[in-house]
Amino acid sequence: MARATREAYGDELERLVQENPKVVVLDADLAGSTNAARAAKYAPERFFDMGIAEADMIGVSAGLAASGYIPFASSFAMFCTGRVWEQIRNSVAYPGLNVKIVGTHSGISVGEDGVTHQAIEDMAIMRDITGLAVYCPCDQWETKAVIRQAMEENGPCYIRLGRAKVEDVFDENKRFDVRKINVLRSGRKVAVFATGLMVQMTLKAADILKEHGIDITVIDVCSIKPIDKEGVAGILKDHEQIFTVEEHSVTGGLGSSICEIACETVPRIVHRIGMFGFAESGEWQQLLHEYKLDGEGIAEQIMGYLGI
Amino acid sequence: MEYEALRKIANDIRINIIKMVSNAKSGHPGGSLGATDIVTFLYFNVMDITKENAGTNDRDRFVLSKGHASPLLYAVLAEKGIIPKEELLTFRHLHTRLQGHPDMNELDGIDMTTGSLGQGLSAAVGMCLANKLDKNDHRVYCLVGDGECEEGQIWEAAMAAAHYKCDNLCAIIDNNGLQIDGKIEDVIGPAPFDEKFRAFGWHTINVDGHDFAQLEKAFAEAKTVKGKPTCIIAKTVKGKGVSYMENVADWHGKAPNAELTATALKDLEGE
Repeated sequence: MARATREAYGDELERLVQENPKVVVLDADLAGSTNAARAAKYAPERFFDMGIAEADMIGVSAGLAASGYIPFASSFAMFCTGRVWEQIRNSVAYPGLNVKIVGTHSGISVGEDGVTHQAIEDMAIMRDITGLAVYCPCDQWETKAVIRQAMEENGPCYIRLGRAKVEDVFDENKRFDVRKINVLRSGRKVAVFATGLMVQMTLKAADILKEHGIDITVIDVCSIKPIDKEGVAGILKDHEQIFTVEEHSVTGGLGSSICEIACETVPRIVHRIGMFGFAESGEWQQLLHEYKLDGEGIAEQIMGYLGI
Repeated sequence: MEYEALRKIANDIRINIIKMVSNAKSGHPGGSLGATDIVTFLYFNVMDITKENAGTNDRDRFVLSKGHASPLLYAVLAEKGIIPKEELLTFRHLHTRLQGHPDMNELDGIDMTTGSLGQGLSAAVGMCLANKLDKNDHRVYCLVGDGECEEGQIWEAAMAAAHYKCDNLCAIIDNNGLQIDGKIEDVIGPAPFDEKFRAFGWHTINVDGHDFAQLEKAFAEAKTVKGKPTCIIAKTVKGKGVSYMENVADWHGKAPNAELTATALKDLEGE
């Protein structure tokens, strides 16, 4: 079934607000789009629309967390990370307050809204903040597991979600350890780490590459921070050619994280696939095609690096 | 507590502020001295904080949004017996609990980590929403600098506090008229505060921030206001009590040398 990760956020949030009276939900005038508004139906007194005032939303969340509540604060990824980076650093992460920041409409797949709304730096800027976990789930099932994990673990985090519907990578019976990598397909010599929407696109690329006689290993990385260093190092050790694919700038996110582990553990040349600059307006599938981040584009880039 | 006893405590707090900043060779004496009477009155005559309940949220809370006035907050907590007085001289030293700007994880009685201007009022609003959800009667007090009101986030928080009818919130604007670059009206002109907060849906009260009788009346009035938050605009003298620091912007964020420290202590101890 195809379901956007932001919809899965709403699915799980509906359950959490009913299960846990300490869960509160905040949004900044995008509650319909982020799906946060769905929680209001079940706990209207614990839903706060803060208006188009993201800095205040983060600060109010900090105050609620300092009072024992578990705030989920959502907006588009651009506005709940970049616009409020310093509020997150100083009012949430430094005091270690239990705030869950949920950025939907991340990456270029937000589409027609264009560059002002396409967050391709969010993982980079969130990853550098001390004590803040960063998750980027790939489908509805992984999203639900991350949202639940966020409620259960004490500490701040950033959860990166998307606008577009994504196909299921897992099924509802999957038992997740969201801190660990998931090997989705095992191949030889070539390993491709992917995150978020790029997981399913990489699986499509794997099918195309198979037709060319190349069996690749595909790994889903949901927890960008803390990253499963041991798991990643094991993959690096067993493969010769390493690729990363993310709907994000190639600096600071998944690609950089894998490079850091390669530098520190198993030296490998890592080819980073992702965004190398701003994109533009367009229908989301067209944009992924244009920037070679659909299955065909990823397969083409991998073959290019492999010299095939 | 009687005003006379309170005045003595406020004076002791000012003496400690000078000693802490002088010993640290850095810090923010001007704003700390200016807001001393307000915060002293709050902690001794308004809020229900004690040494016993300081580590809990089951009491009134105080957010020092102008976190650079940390010497004042530490000196007040010491007078309340919440931190040992001898610890005050560790202010800003390596491994101290008395960080340059307040760290809520270091000390009981620090209700919010602050220091980056403009952020404390939002946190105070969050605490007020939590108190309403918990259906308790605790109040939240937040001291905001007048220059700090130049931060847009203050007005985002002001809007939210009124929208969510946070009548358990009382903000105090420390209106000393000075900021680092000079007089607030010369720098960018954030005033008038009363008209602005009223336009944002708040109840406002103007007071002399060094007059305990006016402060008492204002805090009592704030408690009776229903359906909206209250903002007390307190006219203060930056550097109050130290002759050469009074109304001098330059003493916002620097420590006096040994000679000037002696002069300051003489000013205060001579009272």
